[in-house]
Amino acid sequence: MNRFKPSWQAVLAFLLCLASVASGSIAAADAAGVYPYEGTRGLILALIAGAALVSMFRISAILEALVLFIGAHLAAWLLIRGIAGVEGTAKAPFYLLIAAAWLLAWRCVAVLSSIRTGSKQASMALRLIVPTIFGAWILIIWEAATRGAGIPFILLPPPSSIGVRIVNSLPILAADVNQTIFKAVLFGYLIGCGAGFLVAILADRVPFMRRGLLPIGNMVSALPIIGVAPIMVMWFGFDWQSKAAVVIIMTFFPMLVNTVTGLAASGHMERDLMRTYASDYWQTLFKLRLPAAAPFIFNALKINSTLALIGAIVAEFFGTPVVGMGFRISTEVGRMNIDMVWAEIAVAALAGSLFYGVVALIERAATFWHPSVRGG
Amino acid sequence: MSIVIPEPKQVAAMSEIKNPVIEASKLGLTFQTNDGPVQALANVDLTIGKGEFVSFIGPSGCGKTTLLRVIADLEKPTSGNILVNGMSAEKAREARAYGYVFQAAALFPWRTIAGNVALPLEIMGISKAEQAERIKRTLDLVNLSGFEKKYPWQLSGGMQQRASIARALAFDADLLLMDEPFGALDEIVRDHLNEQLLELWGRTEKTICFVTHSIPEAVYLSTRIVVMSPRPGRVTDIIESTLPRERPLDIRETPEFLAIAARVRDGLRAGHSYED
Ligand SMILES: Nc1ncnc2c1ncn2[C@@H]1O[C@H](COP(=O)(O)OP(=O)(O)OP(=O)(O)O)[C@@H](O)[C@H]1O
Ligand SMILES: [Mg+2]
Repeated sequence: MNRFKPSWQAVLAFLLCLASVASGSIAAADAAGVYPYEGTRGLILALIAGAALVSMFRISAILEALVLFIGAHLAAWLLIRGIAGVEGTAKAPFYLLIAAAWLLAWRCVAVLSSIRTGSKQASMALRLIVPTIFGAWILIIWEAATRGAGIPFILLPPPSSIGVRIVNSLPILAADVNQTIFKAVLFGYLIGCGAGFLVAILADRVPFMRRGLLPIGNMVSALPIIGVAPIMVMWFGFDWQSKAAVVIIMTFFPMLVNTVTGLAASGHMERDLMRTYASDYWQTLFKLRLPAAAPFIFNALKINSTLALIGAIVAEFFGTPVVGMGFRISTEVGRMNIDMVWAEIAVAALAGSLFYGVVALIERAATFWHPSVRGG
Repeated sequence: MSIVIPEPKQVAAMSEIKNPVIEASKLGLTFQTNDGPVQALANVDLTIGKGEFVSFIGPSGCGKTTLLRVIADLEKPTSGNILVNGMSAEKAREARAYGYVFQAAALFPWRTIAGNVALPLEIMGISKAEQAERIKRTLDLVNLSGFEKKYPWQLSGGMQQRASIARALAFDADLLLMDEPFGALDEIVRDHLNEQLLELWGRTEKTICFVTHSIPEAVYLSTRIVVMSPRPGRVTDIIESTLPRERPLDIRETPEFLAIAARVRDGLRAGHSYED
């Protein structure tokens, strides 16, 4: 039996290590002629080459993934720690080694996704680990590139300094989230989606409204509604109410259009069936047409969760009390505090993902019967 | 020993049928389509009495479904008259005069099997306790006890169709309209369901209108067989069955059965024009 099973990622990582040895020092010498962190270079090389070698033996998938994980991330951490403080001095071997570590992480993810487990917790954990490693490497490469090449802070700060900024400004960020998300976004989202839904039912009941509203709805959905933000500020003042108004306008039409489409989604046979029971309009609506429309309605709820956040943040650019995520972004950019801008963006991304995720979870529970959910 | 094969007689005269449940006279229906009018039904005269089991047979497109839908008031005739239980089809539908079994099961995927059977009961405002009792009884009837909590997509096609029959039986209408209910099922399941349907009919005095493509099925089940032919859809023959009400499955090998089947086949051939 063959005791070797080389993967192309490990082989290539090994070759990259060799190439980095052949291409000189890892960083430019400083003014005193001292080469920074040349001492850890051996350790980094050993970590990457060692992990690559071990992974090529026939060992259990878990063990292989563990070795690769440790090798890749320890090496990346040493590289980034080395460059910190001497930004912009990185030479070719630095990037070659980062690339080699990245290949090992790739291999690690590939091994992890090939693992089949019976237990529910284990497969759940795997489903979380893989995207986490993936996301971590976006940050690692970002960090290595900005520090290695010494990209000006104003253009793109490294993620670590964004992280530090987030930790240091938690109270400000919390106040901004409270103002923008818990006031403007949530209020606007609930009212906008609710109104869109109710008007859709009204339009369904009254045919001439459907014929009049739907083309308008389709047209308005395609317009950059955010343009009305200054007008809303004039109408409803500087505080969150004007932002909520923008969110209401932005979320209303997608909900209207989707609900009307969904209400037409039930099959002819099912509707005939309800007719044979002499079911009245409301019974048919609640027992057949709304459940059949649920996938469309949830689609609108998901689209709107993103739209609402964008709407509220951008609307704050046009005037606001001195708090709010959009306000912070527009003022801190003017004061060259780019890390604060990125911190707000990160928080917005997190909040947006959470919002979307919660809606998607509710959708899974509510439309469990739909082929796209039950996987049939 | 000689076997006397009675000549199946043609009975159509309306006056002979007492307690009519369905009375159609000069019934016609023309669909206006983009390629011009399609005459789905022309001049259909038919009376069906209480307790009859009437099968409709004929080539595809001859208007069997359309006729059933007219009776059910899912389609309005463009000429002629239709009475169900002595009232207009619309009034009869509003009085929940019939249960309709569609060609496909048409179960709601978000409801369990029990929930699907409960659907007409909920709409008709029947009490929860009574609902539970009827769900149990009708699911027993179609051999689906134990599947109450399953969802339709977890059941085989045959089981789904049986659930849809249970749903039509649940509210105990005296008239059952069934449009090729067993068309998609295999022979064995079909035989079994045919037997159960006959048994149910024998016990309950229901009137059943049954669309099928199968001659043996039609002969086995029916007291009368209505043969239809297309372009325009019309009734070409009505064959009275001489078989007893009590019918074991092996009645299908008796000469009497085969004679009626041959008669239906002849009727189908005569009505079927091959000029196109
Ligand atoms: N909604 C409709 N619009 C237009 N034409 C229709 C419609 N429904 C049925 N038809 C036409 O009416 C004719 C009779 O149709 P029908 O469905 O009653 O036939 P069928 O006897 O049930 O056929 P099959 O055995 O295939 O089910 C066909 O020519 C069909 O094309
Ligand atoms: Mg049909």
